[in-house]
Amino acid sequence: MDALALQHYLLLSAGLFAVGLVGVLAKRNVVVILMSIELMLNGVNVALVAFSRYSPVDELAGHIFAIFIITVAAAEVAIGLAILLTIFARRNTVDAAEINLLK
Amino acid sequence: MIETAILGAIGIITVAAAVGVVATRSVVYAAVFLLVSLVGVAALFLMMLAEFIALAQVLIYGGAITIVLLFAIMLTRAPEQTNVQDNAQRPLAAMACVGLFALLVAAALATPWRTRDPGADPMAEFTALSELLFSDFLIPFEIASLVLLVALIGAVVLTRSGREGA
Repeated sequence: MDALALQHYLLLSAGLFAVGLVGVLAKRNVVVILMSIELMLNGVNVALVAFSRYSPVDELAGHIFAIFIITVAAAEVAIGLAILLTIFARRNTVDAAEINLLK
Repeated sequence: MIETAILGAIGIITVAAAVGVVATRSVVYAAVFLLVSLVGVAALFLMMLAEFIALAQVLIYGGAITIVLLFAIMLTRAPEQTNVQDNAQRPLAAMACVGLFALLVAAALATPWRTRDPGADPMAEFTALSELLFSDFLIPFEIASLVLLVALIGAVVLTRSGREGA
């Protein structure tokens, strides 16, 4: 019964991760790419907390990892959007295909 | 049994909103779909009795990150962004993601998970989590605060130099 519940959460986590991956790979707008990265991180968090709840080891390490992932995701969004605003001020675009300075 | 039904309903809403983020053509609608999906994930955390993470999820994702994303959308309102939203990799991306999803589902279903009966005491999680965070994970905790500080200063510096250079 518990294994079944764990599998349900893992399926949801896999769904969120796969949908986010589609967005990261196929979208052109950098803001939408950042949103899709957030979806993938959330999928990972669901899996971590589910394992933490149902694993035979009575530890809350999965919760701790999820907290750190949320922290780093907040920092990542702040930096990503700061870079995006700088690029937009200079090149007037948010299209990932147009941002090719390093090519 | 009723728990499974509620989990299914929340899961369908969450994943459907996630699909909405990727499928919609309007960036603002994508942000709203993202908000729905993130609150759905918070509800999933609540169902797993992870109250603290559910609260943090609503506060940080539902509050801060969505608002910051909406600000970025408003500040970068480019005229061309309503037309083409997907690049040429779309079929390849869809194939890769369906493959990955199938792999993950197969792994989740095929693995004989060893599980335990989870406890149902809500307050136990808060206490144990705070004790763990300030004993075993104290150094990562402090490093995380340093990361946040550096990110804050970095964001300010980046946007400032952008204004002066433009």
